[in-house]
This record gives sequence, structure tokens and C-alpha cells, in this order.
Amino acid sequence: MNIEMKGINKSFGSNQVLKDAGFLLKDGEVHALMGENGAGKSTLMKILTGVYTKDSGTVIVDGEEVSYKTPQEAEKAGIVFIYQELNVLFDLTVVENLFMGKEITKSFGVCDMKAMKAKAKEVMDKVGVNIPVDAVMSDLSVGQQQMVEICKALMVDAKVIIMDEPTAALTESETEGLFKVINSLREKGVSIVYISHRMEEIFALCDRITILRDGQYIDTKEIKDLTMDDVVQMMIGREIGERFPTRDVEIGDEVLRVEGLTSGKLFHDVSFSVKAGEVLGVAGLMGAGRTEIMQAIFGNLKKDSGKIFIQGEEVTIKNPRQAIAAGIGFITEDRKTEGLLLEKSIAENMEIANLNKVSNHNVLNKAKQQELVKKGIEDFRVKCFGPWHECNNLSGGNQQKVVLAKWVATEPKILILDEPTRGVDIGAKKEIYNVINDLAAQGVAVIMVSSELPEVLGMSDRIMVVREGEVRGILDGKEADQAKIMTLATGGTL
Amino acid sequence: MEKNKKSIGTLIGENGAYIALVLLVIVISIISPEFRTGDNFLNLLRQASFNGLIAFGMTCVILSDGIDLSVGSTYALSAIICAEMLVNGVNPVFAVIVSLILGVALGVVSGVLVTVGRLQPFIATLITMTAYRGLAKIITNAMPISRLADSCESESGAFFFKTLGKGNLEFGPAENPWFAIPIPVIIFVLALVIFYFVLTKTTFGRRIYATGSNAKCAKLVGVNVTKTKISVYAISGFMSALAGIMMISRLDSAQPTMGSGFELDAIAAVALGGTSMSGGRGRIMGTFAGVLIIAVLNNGLNILGISSYYQEVIKAIVILVAVLSDRKR
Repeated sequence: MNIEMKGINKSFGSNQVLKDAGFLLKDGEVHALMGENGAGKSTLMKILTGVYTKDSGTVIVDGEEVSYKTPQEAEKAGIVFIYQELNVLFDLTVVENLFMGKEITKSFGVCDMKAMKAKAKEVMDKVGVNIPVDAVMSDLSVGQQQMVEICKALMVDAKVIIMDEPTAALTESETEGLFKVINSLREKGVSIVYISHRMEEIFALCDRITILRDGQYIDTKEIKDLTMDDVVQMMIGREIGERFPTRDVEIGDEVLRVEGLTSGKLFHDVSFSVKAGEVLGVAGLMGAGRTEIMQAIFGNLKKDSGKIFIQGEEVTIKNPRQAIAAGIGFITEDRKTEGLLLEKSIAENMEIANLNKVSNHNVLNKAKQQELVKKGIEDFRVKCFGPWHECNNLSGGNQQKVVLAKWVATEPKILILDEPTRGVDIGAKKEIYNVINDLAAQGVAVIMVSSELPEVLGMSDRIMVVREGEVRGILDGKEADQAKIMTLATGGTL
Repeated sequence: MEKNKKSIGTLIGENGAYIALVLLVIVISIISPEFRTGDNFLNLLRQASFNGLIAFGMTCVILSDGIDLSVGSTYALSAIICAEMLVNGVNPVFAVIVSLILGVALGVVSGVLVTVGRLQPFIATLITMTAYRGLAKIITNAMPISRLADSCESESGAFFFKTLGKGNLEFGPAENPWFAIPIPVIIFVLALVIFYFVLTKTTFGRRIYATGSNAKCAKLVGVNVTKTKISVYAISGFMSALAGIMMISRLDSAQPTMGSGFELDAIAAVALGGTSMSGGRGRIMGTFAGVLIIAVLNNGLNILGISSYYQEVIKAIVILVAVLSDRKR
């Protein structure tokens, strides 16, 4: 299917999100759509699929001008959007999800389960997916759920599938599986629009790339003619210099030491230490237990045994309150469900983590509140209309800055960051790296869990590799490379 | 631009219930001369104060993403215990204090079921609601207890007890006061001020909102979610007990069936006030308006002589319209 979008304009209230945006899609290609958060990628695709209506501009599909009014209309035409937040019914089975609203029925509307299961298997075989059709969705991994979404698209004979950040929650092997499916779809002539912030994936997978900036069409190019730096420059419209800023910090005394930390089947006998001013990267495959280890250190997950020492003294941490009192800050991997009070303002989010700093005898103090919040917004350059700005309406990068600001305000000795740059655009990523460096320079011991190897390699003094709940090795940052980390992460030895 | 929109939005948000209240008062005042008297307004406020106290506690519970169905039963059980103590010659001040503490304890039980027991608030308080009502009937053998003030041994004790629900604060010369404000109204307004202060100006208030907004996140930034939740049920229990004690003082008798259905009026007031039923958003001033709307409807429709069956339907329609218009924003 060939799609041409030209001169698309779209405003929400006074805010013009798309200005003369465009997009060209060919038959059977994997086309990356890139841009910073708020560049208008999702909006453009939502206009194509009838979620939003455009203010002006034309959309031509296979030579005919179209304007879908609902996602159902677009689906009928063969264009399906798979959202980042998957649109599945978790309590139902795979088959029920696949045929929701288009069940195959016998007489009197009785579902023909046999026929549906057969059809489901047929579609799954076509793309080489193997998921039990009777499984309940909530029992499947996120990767499998995503596959079901893709199969759902194929049920309606989709010719164009739009995927928004499809790998954000996938494990390494699930990502590989997804790529295989995408490649087999491409061979069958299905076009894929691939929205992602992960540069490595774009270069490994896509044929062409279209870049949007501030709602405007910038360019469409063949991937093979570009380097990552070219893409970054087109996205932000300026040089950002080094992708990972350098840091020149004197590493001090040991701040945190963990000995023999064990929790059931999640992880066992985890020991490591972090020094003041040091950044310890934590690498490993998704599901290796990295997050669980950090949650246990922070007291949010029960540990069976093991000791935690802070500045040489053993501490008892049974809940996050004790962890915070001991000087630990924890930026969780999921800022939407754990990191922020989304429906609350920036001010309330910053204050809730620092109630003792903004109150006298438990009564809030306006001057102290304003000082704390103002400093946070300024130091972290949070783009907002003011302290009362609701976090829901901030971009991913700015949300993450609010989370950082609130924890930095607690003046932690140890800051744990779990996937700090997930879903954050390149510009904001760099700002987050700068914050990490500043904190290290102030003598904070930083632990950074990340699934993006270039980030781990670029930012860490030492790198701890975790596999199946065990520490497989701790590498020196200068000597480490992707191959070494992956060897350890997948069970090999150096 | 965005800022303007937001401030207009919050303005309407804060005043939506008040606009409805003012409209209702104007309309009923035009129709009924009896409604628009000063005496009737004071009467109306007094009627409102009992539901109001309970609704304030309910607001805290709902803000924390809970619900308290047990308020009516707690109201009855605390009042019954208080009445039992009075007729058995216990000092009224002591009896009232013990009953209030009992109210807190009854709330704590709900809170513990919700937090430690991990029951859904609806189920947990459905259980306590049923249990407390049953206990009230067991204690009294389902019979009313009356002549409470007469049971008080001392004159001053009887005066104290009677004042809680029946008393007035009089202004002007003693023999012929200009006007008298009922004590329940004074307690109601005082409670409003205290709740407003706690919810908007204290760290505890922030913790309630944070817990209701996103308990996971609140826990991770060091909020003791368990303690916060138990506290709001304790507050709700206290307010229910207070309302119950004031009511038996006013009626001079206690019945085990008193207060059935009160949870619905309290929840309706909170909803009318614009508080989100999923927690995290809402204002005590909104609940105040909600309480007054319900009181105006009860009082006004009675004065207008509308049959109580129709009254319920009209109340339902007002609540529906108010909640729908709230959602459109």
C-alpha cells in the first residue's frame, strides 16, 4: 500500500502540533518515523488512522484521496495502529482477543470456537508466532501480548501496521522475535511504520526514515545513507556534541556495600559496592533480576538474607521510608505507575518526597514550598507553564526531569536510577546524563540500571552484569565493551 | 493561554456545586415564603450538620481512594454505647469521650481490614457496617434507649449532654436574644475549618491526596500508606461517632436502627462536591456545598409539601445532573 500525506496541519486549541507535516510510505518497507518527544509523530499517525481529524492537508492512499473518520474505517482499509500501551483485554484468552467484535458464529450467534482457533493458528503460523490460543492474556509476557496485537492486525488483513515504541517493554530475545516477525511481514508486502527512540533498532531494521521536528516535516532518507549522528542532528536541528558527556570526578570512599543479598527465586548472593562520585552501571537481559535487586535494596521488596552497609555501618531497610532516611533515592523504571502522581502538579510531586523540607511541625510552609519547587524547575529546566502544571500534560522527558528533581531535592547519598532514559528523547537524554554527572561530581554514589548498552558503556565507571539473579561479573568501564557484557549476560565466561 | 484556560476551569470547578446551591436556594425561596426565613435557614443548617460531619470524614476516606460504608452503623453503635453509659449513671463527659474513642476504634478496624487484610474498601466496610449494626441491636435487644438527659446525675452533666445537640449560642440580651446559632452548626463550621486546614495546609493532608492519587508512587517516596489509610478510616469513625452523640443529645433517645442509609447521603454529598471517587482529587469546600445542597433539597421539598417518594427521585435527578455537569469540564 502506498500512502502519501501532504501539508498536514493540526492544532489542539491554540497549540499547533503539526505544521505542514508529511509522510510517504511504499509497499513492503519498514519505515522509521523519528523525532523528539512532542515532534508530532503519534499525532500524524493518529490522523492517518482516523483517531484525530486534520485541520488541513491531504492523505492519498493508493492514488485516492481519503479521510478516515474512525480507526475502524482505517482498519477496514488495511491500516492498523498498535499503540505503545497495548490495547488488549487482559482477562480474556488469546482467541477471544483476536476475534473481539468479529467473532465467527454458528446459528443464533453462538461462537464457533473451533473455527476461530483454527484461523488464529493459521495466522500465527504465517508469521512464525507460537502462543497457546487458549492462554489468558494476563498470563502472557509483554512480548507475547504484543505478538497477539500484531496477529490481531493480520486478522483484518492489514497492509500497513504502525508500531509505536514496540520494544519499550520487551526483553532482548522478545525484541529479536519481533524483528523476525517484522521481516517476514515485509517479505509478504506489508508496510511497517516504526516509531522508536532506539537508534540501534532503527538502523538494524528499517529501510527508510522520515524525520519530524516541532511538527514539521524535515526529510525522508534511505537509512543506509545516514549515520546516527546525522539522524540526531536532523531531529534536534543542531549539534548536540558528544552523545555521552564526559565527567571528571575524583572517586571517594565507599558509600554503599551490599553483601549476600538474596530473595527467594528472584536473586541470590548479590554483593557489590559503590563509592562516592562513582557511577555503577547495571546491565543484563530483561528479567535478569536487576530491578528486583534495586527494589530490595530500597526496601520495596522483601529480602530473605543479606546485609546492607552505608558508609561502613550496617543498616536495616524494611521499607522505602527507612531507605530514604538512610540516604537512598530511587528512580523507578516506570515513571507513570510508580514515579509520579500523574494527575497532580509538579509542585505536589516534588513536595511529597520532601515533606519534611517544606513544613514546620507538619504544617506546610509556603515560602519553603516555593523555594524547593522553583529550584527544581530551574535546575532541571523543566518545560512547563508553572509549578501547578499537571504532570500528565508534560512530555516524557519533562516528566522524568520532575522525578529526578524530586529525588535530587532529598539530597541522597546514593541514587539508584532504573532505566532513567526510557521513552525519553535524545535532547532530554543528554540532560539526564548531565544530571548524573553533576550528582557524581557532588559525591553521590550513582547506580544506573539500563538495558541500553551504549548508555551503560558511555556513562559507567564500573559495570555490573546480572544474569538470572546472579552477579556474573563487575567490569571496569574502560575495559568493557558490548561483546563482553553480552557474553556475561547470556551465561558465558570471559 | 493555557494558564487562562486552567484558571477558568478551576474557578468553575470550585464553584460548580455552589452555583447549583445558589440556584436551588433562589428557586425554592421564590416558590415558598416559609423557606426563606432566617429561622428556617438556621434549622436547615442544623439538619445539615449531622450529615456534614460524616461527609467530611467520608471525604478523607474517598480522597485516599477508599470508601466507608460503615459510617451509619458506627454512628448508631457509638451513640448506643454512649446512651447505655448514660442510663447506667456514667459521667456524661466521660461517656462522650469514651464513645468518641470507640468511634475511632471502629474506624481503625475498617482501616486494618483494608490495609493489613488487603480487602477492597467496599467489602471491608460492608463487613464492618453489617457487624456494627448487628452489635447495636444485640446490645439494646433492638429496643430504643430514652430519657438520656434525665439519667444524668448532676445538673451540669445533663446540661453538657443536652447542649451538644440541642444547645444554642445566643447573641444579644439574655432574656430576648437577637438570634441563636445551634451548637451543631457551630461544631459543623468548626469541623469545616479544621478539615480545610488539615487537607490543604499539612503534610498529613498531602499524604492523603498522594495515597489516593497513586499509592505505589506515594509508598516509594516514603509515605506510610498503611498508616495514612488507617488514619482516614479512624477520622471517619470519629466523625460518625460525634454526629451520633450529637443526634442522641438532640432526640434524648438512641435507637439501634438510627443512621441507616447515612452512608449514601454522605457519599452523595462528597460526589456533589466534585471529589473523584477514585481518590486523589477533591476539596472539602466542595463537600460542604454538597452537604448544603442535600439539606436544601430535604428541607425545601418538605416545606413545599412534596411527597417523600417524589423527594427521593428529585434528589437523584439533582445528583445526576450535578455529577454529569462535573464530568463535562
